[in-house]
Amino acid sequence: MTAYLLKRLAIALITLVLASMVVFAVLEIIPGDPARLMLGMNASADQVDLLRNQMGLNAPLASRYLHWAGGLLSLDFGRSYTYSVPVIDLVRERVVVSLPLALIALALSTIIAIPVGLFSAGRHGRAGDTIAMGAAQLGVAVPNFWFALMLIYLFAVWLRLVPAGGFPGWSAGVWPALKSLFLPAIALALPQAAILARVTRSALIEVLNEDYIRTARAKGLPYRAVLWRHALRNAMIPVLTILGLQFAFLLAGTIIIENVFYLPGLGRLVFQAITQRDLIVVESVVMLLVAAVIAVNLLVDLSYAVVDPRLRSRQ
Amino acid sequence: MTLRFDIPEENFADILAKAFTNRSFLAGFVITALVAVIAIVSFFWTPFDVTRLIIADKTQAPSPAHWFGTDHFGRDILSMIMVGARNSIAVALVAVGIGMGIGVPLGAFAAARGGIVDEAVMRLNDLVFAFPALLSAIMITAIFGPGALNAIIAIGIFNIPVFARVARAGALAIWPREFILAARAAGKGKTLITLEHVLPNIVTLLLVQGTIQFALGILAEAGLSYVGLGTQPPMPSWGRMLFDAQTRMVAAPWMAIFPGMAIVVTVLGLNLLGDGIADILDPKSRRQR
Repeated sequence: MTAYLLKRLAIALITLVLASMVVFAVLEIIPGDPARLMLGMNASADQVDLLRNQMGLNAPLASRYLHWAGGLLSLDFGRSYTYSVPVIDLVRERVVVSLPLALIALALSTIIAIPVGLFSAGRHGRAGDTIAMGAAQLGVAVPNFWFALMLIYLFAVWLRLVPAGGFPGWSAGVWPALKSLFLPAIALALPQAAILARVTRSALIEVLNEDYIRTARAKGLPYRAVLWRHALRNAMIPVLTILGLQFAFLLAGTIIIENVFYLPGLGRLVFQAITQRDLIVVESVVMLLVAAVIAVNLLVDLSYAVVDPRLRSRQ
Repeated sequence: MTLRFDIPEENFADILAKAFTNRSFLAGFVITALVAVIAIVSFFWTPFDVTRLIIADKTQAPSPAHWFGTDHFGRDILSMIMVGARNSIAVALVAVGIGMGIGVPLGAFAAARGGIVDEAVMRLNDLVFAFPALLSAIMITAIFGPGALNAIIAIGIFNIPVFARVARAGALAIWPREFILAARAAGKGKTLITLEHVLPNIVTLLLVQGTIQFALGILAEAGLSYVGLGTQPPMPSWGRMLFDAQTRMVAAPWMAIFPGMAIVVTVLGLNLLGDGIADILDPKSRRQR
């Protein structure tokens, strides 16, 4: 158990360090001098050089990387070129929109997908299964941003039930804020739920063919009890794997969906930063999201050990 | 999307017979072929010229003349979807090619060598997996600027670890087999065995994964073009059409509905095709039916 955990932890840390090097390298090869960009075209060479010194741009590569990476660890991402405020302040403002959105979407997707998967696996090959999996097949093919547009048309333009976009902020009250996250969360969740339902179903069907399921049935356990107690638990490993991957997709998905609904989240921040060539912001948000993905995958690896006792006892 | 690694020993006629009775394969094949034909036809003929802007005809509702209506420049939506199809297919296809071309040799190599080489390749995989496709696309466009080529590179890079993983897992299942042992006894080296015995046996696996990545590539290209990082106007692309539609949802909903449906149908067709191929070539999944 300890060896397994340590190995996973080490892999996550190595990946994180390598990822930070990649992100840093990207900042290095980007054409254009950030100091010149900040000062504008009319700045003299001396002024630019002075600012480059202040920004630490003249230091050797390795020491700049260590300085940058050290800053990340203490949540000091540097200052935004365009906003002239610490990047962490911008991130803090935006993350309270993106993170709840991704989490609500993840919860929604799980709540929909697991029962559908159970339902389909239980009725394997019958009409209910065919219909549910047909719907899932369709759901996998729907791009979430198009689905979002259709939801806006239906619920905001036509039925006028929810706002078409924008975010009032959590200070306006929890309910109005949640209301404006409702459509984006559904748009993100449903296509993901379709994938998750398919995985849950096929994992369950595989498990249901195992000998111990037949044994459980033979000793007189009702089908429902077998499905929930024996099958679902054993089918959890592939389901958890996909859940972890989905979190990465959802985080990336928020980037697009926030643009559909004009939500002031990390995704909008990144896009504004790209158009304004505010690269330090792009870099920081990308690094943050990558770290989140790595952390979630580590969590998934750790949860394997909880779900699968064999991993726990393995030395 | 669990893939199994049993290799059926059947002849081509058997497989063909199964293909014709597999509903998923048939439906997927027909849809995919239809999209491909539409894309090819668009090179020679479209109902209207997509490069001509006729402002007098702007945002017209679907009619016998314009089946899917017109956009804000008076361009025929159907014609634009037809031209957009070849753009989507080209981007996704090249991205799959990049993924296969680099990922499969990497995965096969890792499986053949094992040990530290295998470990290194897998860690490299973890690294790429940590960057969701959209994020790597954002970084790439931040450096090189937006465009179809950079979208292809971004999606292609994301495909590499996927194919590396599938090729490695498939190859690892082949290596312990008797015919590999026989080949080794005959004195063949690892590279030759990989080329002559391992790769031909994992081709079907790669084909199935290829259709899945093709479908994902079409979705990714649409997403990138939608946020302005992919294909640039005036080249019609499905994602870009949806972006143009967004601010006109009330006045011209058809501008959003039809390009979106084009994406859904294409991706659905490819997924059905992939499922069908997996079904036909994998005896284990058939037994469960």
